[in-house]
Amino acid sequence: MLNTYAVIGLYALVALTFPFIVLLFARLVRPSKPNPLKNSTYECGMETIGDTWVQFRAQYYLFALVFVIFDVEVVFLYPWAVAYGKLGLFALVEMALFIGLLAVALVYAWRKGILEWQ
Amino acid sequence: MDVLKPQIGDWWHALLQGAGLSSGWIVFLDALVITLILLGLGLTSVLFAVWLERKLAARVQDRLGPNRVGPYGLVQTVADALKLLTKEDITPDNAERLSYNLAPGLAVFAVLMLLLVIPFGPGLIGADINVGVLYLVAMGSVGIMAILMAGWSSNNKYALLGGFRAVAQLLSYEIPMILSMSVPVLFAGTMSMEKLVEQQAHGRWFGVVMPAAFFLYFLAALAENERTPFDLLEADSEIVAGYHIEYSGMKFAWFFLAFFLNTLILSAIATTLFLGGWRGPFVEQVPALGIFYFLAKSFVLVFAFMWIRATFPRLRIDQMMAFAWKVMVPTGLVLVLVAAVFVKLPVAPLVRDVLLFLVNVFILLVVAGLVGRHLRLQIKRLSEGAAVVS
Repeated sequence: MLNTYAVIGLYALVALTFPFIVLLFARLVRPSKPNPLKNSTYECGMETIGDTWVQFRAQYYLFALVFVIFDVEVVFLYPWAVAYGKLGLFALVEMALFIGLLAVALVYAWRKGILEWQ
Repeated sequence: MDVLKPQIGDWWHALLQGAGLSSGWIVFLDALVITLILLGLGLTSVLFAVWLERKLAARVQDRLGPNRVGPYGLVQTVADALKLLTKEDITPDNAERLSYNLAPGLAVFAVLMLLLVIPFGPGLIGADINVGVLYLVAMGSVGIMAILMAGWSSNNKYALLGGFRAVAQLLSYEIPMILSMSVPVLFAGTMSMEKLVEQQAHGRWFGVVMPAAFFLYFLAALAENERTPFDLLEADSEIVAGYHIEYSGMKFAWFFLAFFLNTLILSAIATTLFLGGWRGPFVEQVPALGIFYFLAKSFVLVFAFMWIRATFPRLRIDQMMAFAWKVMVPTGLVLVLVAAVFVKLPVAPLVRDVLLFLVNVFILLVVAGLVGRHLRLQIKRLSEGAAVVS
């Protein structure tokens, strides 16, 4: 078991550093001739107008909220699914209730019009 | 069941012990060898996948595709990679430098980490951890983070829009994906990728028993991979290139690599969870055949991904979001419940599998019928509206 996690640790370290090492290497071989025009924001040749980081639609935020609710609840399915074979009928009833709650939440969001993209 | 890894592993450990190394060193060298093999495999398979996609798209569009560098243009991607390595790397003045530079590396890291738990053959797995499927879900979310970082830090309106769309789309399709992935876990009673394959013996593939779950996973994988019909985050006709618009040189190459490696890995995960992994005829006698079966199944799926990309048009963003939340999530919830009920049914396993298959086909037909009816109603309403306007 410990050996498995040694593999994961070393692999994670290499996978994280490797892209940056290649980027550093590319820095040595590539040309670098910046000028103000080249480094300006690319918006198809038009000069960019105004700030980019302005207020954005609340719609994205709502979807992110719905996602957080569902993601957390769905991840709870995994331990249940693993132990399901060993548990009795009780597990089925309990998870039916749990998924029923999820479904109610989904119907509520649907009826409230959160899932509508305006 | 004799497996490949112990055979090779025993020989390798005997060699190391013969050289008089301590056990700590052996653990380290083991990890190093696995790391190097997986990294090499990942990076070279991407070179091939890019060539395959270009060649395939060319064939669909009645072109020749790359055919100059090497036989059938096979070395074209290597040449492209070298070119990108030596290209100037432009960082916009307005960009937020730290996240702008971190994002490409993080994207590659997230995808490379997925390779670790994929069983390529009997016993041939980087790390067989007992939370394999959960690990896949967790690591899959890191890639979303990288895309959001890239979109935000570029300080470009197109890139920011791409980043927002990425969050909206990838998050939405994550739910049906997790739901469909929990079905094989439910059947097998384990999250270890190796044991999931072992459970699918005698042609009882989870994707055959539960075709609806497999289909759900496939659609969600298309969306997670930003492929048509779900490629809104880099829709070139709307937001130019999406989140990687400002990236050039090797940083762009990393995003490109992450994209193609993700295609390969999502197919490999689908193969493991739903198509029996390395299972196939005579694999018990000749374990090496497992690698062949695994790659063959994966590449059939990769082919399907590329075929869809070459032929399908793009969805609109409201259609895409509605499809995730109003079609796929309810279907996924129903499928998990159906699978749970049937696992507890007191009948013979074969009868149960046949019943499950039939119920799955029924669910697929009902969902397709409902979506079709909704679309027909919408078209009717639109055409009536057009008549009023004119």
